[in-house]
Amino acid sequence: MHASDEGRPWTFYAFAAFFGLFVLFLYGPMIVIYILSFQGPNGGMTFPLNGVSLHWFGALISQTRVGDIAGSFQRSIGLAALVSVVTVVLSVLAGLGFRRRFRGSAFAFYLAIASLIMPGLFVGLGIALAFRLLGLQTGWYTTGLGAQLTWTLPFGLLIMFAVLGRFNRSYEEAATDLGATNWQRFSEVTLPMLLPGIIGVALFGFTLSYDELARTALTAGSQNTLPLEIWAMTTNVTSPTLYAVGAVTTIVSFIVIIAGLTSIAAIQRRRARGKLRATAVQAEQSHG
Amino acid sequence: MAEGNGAGTTGSGEVVVANVTKRFADTVAVRELSLTIPHGAYCCLLGPSGCGKTTILRMIAGHERPTTGDVRIGGRSVLGLPQIERGTAMMFQSYALFPHRSVLDNVAFALKMRGAGLAERHARARELLTKVQLESFADRLPAQLSGGQQQRVALARALITNPRVLLLDEPLSALDEYLRLRMRGELRRVQRELGITFIHVTHTQLEAIAVADTVVVMAQGRIEQAASARDIFVAPKSAYVARFVGGQNVLTGSVESIMNDTAAVASPGGARYAFPVGELRPERGARLHGAIRRDRIVVEKLAPGARPAAGLNSVVGEVHTIENQGSYVKVTLDLADKEEFVAHMADDAYFVNPLDIGDKAVARWSASDVKLLDDGLPREGAPPARSAMAAG
Repeated sequence: MHASDEGRPWTFYAFAAFFGLFVLFLYGPMIVIYILSFQGPNGGMTFPLNGVSLHWFGALISQTRVGDIAGSFQRSIGLAALVSVVTVVLSVLAGLGFRRRFRGSAFAFYLAIASLIMPGLFVGLGIALAFRLLGLQTGWYTTGLGAQLTWTLPFGLLIMFAVLGRFNRSYEEAATDLGATNWQRFSEVTLPMLLPGIIGVALFGFTLSYDELARTALTAGSQNTLPLEIWAMTTNVTSPTLYAVGAVTTIVSFIVIIAGLTSIAAIQRRRARGKLRATAVQAEQSHG
Repeated sequence: MAEGNGAGTTGSGEVVVANVTKRFADTVAVRELSLTIPHGAYCCLLGPSGCGKTTILRMIAGHERPTTGDVRIGGRSVLGLPQIERGTAMMFQSYALFPHRSVLDNVAFALKMRGAGLAERHARARELLTKVQLESFADRLPAQLSGGQQQRVALARALITNPRVLLLDEPLSALDEYLRLRMRGELRRVQRELGITFIHVTHTQLEAIAVADTVVVMAQGRIEQAASARDIFVAPKSAYVARFVGGQNVLTGSVESIMNDTAAVASPGGARYAFPVGELRPERGARLHGAIRRDRIVVEKLAPGARPAAGLNSVVGEVHTIENQGSYVKVTLDLADKEEFVAHMADDAYFVNPLDIGDKAVARWSASDVKLLDDGLPREGAPPARSAMAAG
């Protein structure tokens, strides 16, 4: 309170300036790309805009000119959904399992987390080499899936640890006490109560997979995922189609994130609204 | 033999804890503890945190398994039985109401698990909500209720299984003072009405004494004293119980002489007390402990410069705090040996000649009000008494 009377400390301005630069650095170039994606049919890859059109978005669909954008987009969405589901199932189960300390649990945990610090390219390289050695084909839904899970599972596990750390065991004990079987306890109490956290894990799994490059590069096999396709395009496509790809993929990312956050917010609003009314009830009673 | 199959069980709610020890990794929470709680009793397990009271409750409920020993309910061992078949129900300290379900669905939860139809379980749940006067809150979420209302929902939810034994883990600790006093009366009324066994864990002395038939005072995984609420308060057996339950001052001294079933005892601080010893004949020099009730003490101011009379059954000290409690005044004296001594004086007596903080004062009592404590007494067959430890 007092500080605001005397003005803000200099650290406030330092951080505000830094944050301003950060925002400019992050969004400035992207906004330029979005604007340039509406370049007229005769325009080039740089300013000035030569008219405004949706020409380059249309070019995305015609595979012949720029490679398999539509196909790689479908693969990436499918892979991201698959990664997301597997990450959720395994992280939730592992999180619940780790609540009980078992012999070697700390070791198992560090073993799982260690893959976060391993260089992604080498993880991918190792998997690709191993498959070649075994005479197996690499593919986006086999080796690609596995390589991406080494990246998403540790994240999912860490999120579940945070979620479960705040989850009071007595809810489950109460369910058992009231005659719930193990499965009933899980489906009627544990799962619904953990749902916001689980949606968070799904969201993380999806977005981490959707723009994963390093681990997927050598494991996706003959068919590219979207980030690989874009990477290839940056080196050999010399038209604003590249910008149109950037605009479309960003929109997809935003849609996924917004959908996830809205569902979490909806669940929490339901509970928060309850709390608000409870305070009103209490206030009412203390007056009575 | 009682048929203990959960639903609608009305068999005996006698709970027997037989020689139970519970070890967690490297700590012993409960040591060779035995306790019998008769059917239909209201029993409080009282002790500081970490004394093992909650562990006992959880072993009766089936949330923990004794390392050794047996737990019997209605004459039948319940070890290894699932919670629902024990005929017990538990009310959790945090109530553990499911936040994503309405009040009605919370109460009906046990019936749903049992596969009862929607209409049937809602009708029964409404019945119980009416009993706790919350029928108009059926459609709310738990977070929309006040603490006291949540507690009543938790009670209704636990009672829907018709338990023989209700286990309450610190049921009042989440409530404010006003509600706590009201709800403890309510719990007692419900217990009387249902006639089932209540086992209530608390660390609040007055709460235990207010609600329970039997109070079990615990320390470090053992029972210090199990007795009626009145006896726990007026006739504590050990210095630990006297100090923990409160309402008593503990006097300590060594025996100088014995005459007419009364021992003359000298305290380390130089005061002299008379302890009633009955048939016992402790040796000269033996250390004895006695308890004197706080409300049986008269405190008088000493005139400045007056030499305190080295009388019998009195202590001299400096007034440390004075708290007016309405119907009585709580006066705390600092004694020469750093021990704290508390007197509760009736308000009318106190205000005739009030004291000031820092006054030298003498506290007197009548020898017949002193109760001899067990600590340090020789008893055949009993292990040597452990040293009394002060609680908090």
